[in-house]
Amino acid sequence: MSKYGEKNIRAYGNNFTTMTPGPVAKFLRTNLIFQAIRFIIINIKMLVVVSKSH
Amino acid sequence: MARLVVLGGGVSGHTAATFAAEWLGSAHEVVVVTPNAKWNWIPSNIWVGVGQMTKEEVTFDLAPVYAKAGIKYHQAKALGIHPEGNETSDKPYVVIESTEAGKAGQIENIEYDYLINATGPKLNFAATPGLGDANGLGEFTVSVCTADHAVHANEELHKCIEKMKKGERQKFLIGTGHGMCTCQGAAFEYIFNIEHELNKAGVRDMADIKWISNESFLGDFGVGGLHMKAMGFAVSSKIFAESLFAERDVDWIIGAHVNKVEKGKVHYELLDGSMGEEEFDFSMLIPPFAGVGLKAINKAGEDITATIFAPNGFMKVDANYAAGAYENWKASDWPSTYQNPTYGNMFACGIAFAPPHPISKPMSSPNGTPINPTPPRTGMPSGIMGKAVAHSVCDRILIGPDAPLHEASMAHMGAACVASAGKGLFTGTAAAMTIYPVVPDFEKYPGTGRDTEYTFGEIGLAGHWIKHILHHLFIWKAKLKPGWTLIPE
Repeated sequence: MSKYGEKNIRAYGNNFTTMTPGPVAKFLRTNLIFQAIRFIIINIKMLVVVSKSH
Repeated sequence: MARLVVLGGGVSGHTAATFAAEWLGSAHEVVVVTPNAKWNWIPSNIWVGVGQMTKEEVTFDLAPVYAKAGIKYHQAKALGIHPEGNETSDKPYVVIESTEAGKAGQIENIEYDYLINATGPKLNFAATPGLGDANGLGEFTVSVCTADHAVHANEELHKCIEKMKKGERQKFLIGTGHGMCTCQGAAFEYIFNIEHELNKAGVRDMADIKWISNESFLGDFGVGGLHMKAMGFAVSSKIFAESLFAERDVDWIIGAHVNKVEKGKVHYELLDGSMGEEEFDFSMLIPPFAGVGLKAINKAGEDITATIFAPNGFMKVDANYAAGAYENWKASDWPSTYQNPTYGNMFACGIAFAPPHPISKPMSSPNGTPINPTPPRTGMPSGIMGKAVAHSVCDRILIGPDAPLHEASMAHMGAACVASAGKGLFTGTAAAMTIYPVVPDFEKYPGTGRDTEYTFGEIGLAGHWIKHILHHLFIWKAKLKPGWTLIPE
């Protein structure tokens, strides 16, 4: 299992107290099917905010 | 026939001028004064700065667009406003100086019935020694604030990439070049686009990348941060920002006022009063913004600049400038009509209006140095307020001088923001965010100051697609192509 983000954590350094994505979160970020769904959802959310702002 | 003069042709000014021309028709005149020959979709300068777009892809000539819209266009910079006219005429006017090739330096007076000041900012490189001077960017750092700056930044970036390919380690320092900067978002995008490009070039392991900014916490972005709903929690943008920095192995220095830049080195002061230095091989530091230096003169020839403009050079509008300490701030301090309180036929929108105070909590070092982000007034809010102001002016021209003004307070509007973290049709990512309202209202939304039903954020490929689509959509709109009025700001 990839430790993509965790390997950059430095004990008691600047980034010691944050969260890092796991392999599933990383995979989903560029997974075409998942992102196509998110594309629709994000657009709807943005349009709602845009409509509330005009 | 009434004449509306719009100073500035950026997001706010262009929106105001084009909608005013559409609504007023040929019975009235719209005049735009802007020193630039080209319109620039500034959010995509990030991609020019890493070689993923050309200058031509993010700019276009203004003259043919304004000719199509029936807008009279002066390629010139405004020098002063005479809101009462002069000794020979009561008609208000602006003094402009041409920047057009062949006419550069020629002075002209343009009378107006209504004036919209949407000049945008002066990039105040001179505020930090070594960052630049009154003429612009210096030789030690780069910038992505203009398309030309971004082209230069890309050239310098690729010199570093070539050095890394030859085995020479490089240090990158990206962020803000002064304690009172805004636009942290642009620097945020640039640092992660650089990281993305270094990965693509196969030299990421040869680079040390560091962030430096005036934010008191990562993810402040000049709006005091935001809480987003995620995984059932209301999560601070600090957590999301730190997570991305950790994931991409980017270190950070925050609460920093860069007070001097030398070749390969910045000097800075931190919020705790300590001083530090950071070396770099490549650095992009956003300059602080200031007003463009417009003067205001009354009928008697007296300088009334201090009456019309705030000390930072931005135009006063219907904001509460006497709010005082942070504890007294309210959402209602923020302007809604953008009308100048002294002259009712003058408005200011976009970056050109003087905000009542920052959005982020003001902070200073024990040495008295203010170190906090100034409020952003760009992007979607800038377009919305430009359109609202144009609507107000058109109503006053078409209905009458007492027509009610339209409102677009940043305390009542949200914003959709997409921050690129790397370009690529299948490999790109961007943080897609909405924030509602832009200015937190702690009375209406106790705790976070915002409605977490409408404030969210996530990073992924979908965000990148949206940013890329918005690039083409807004350039389409700005070129006034078919259906442009249907595209929201």
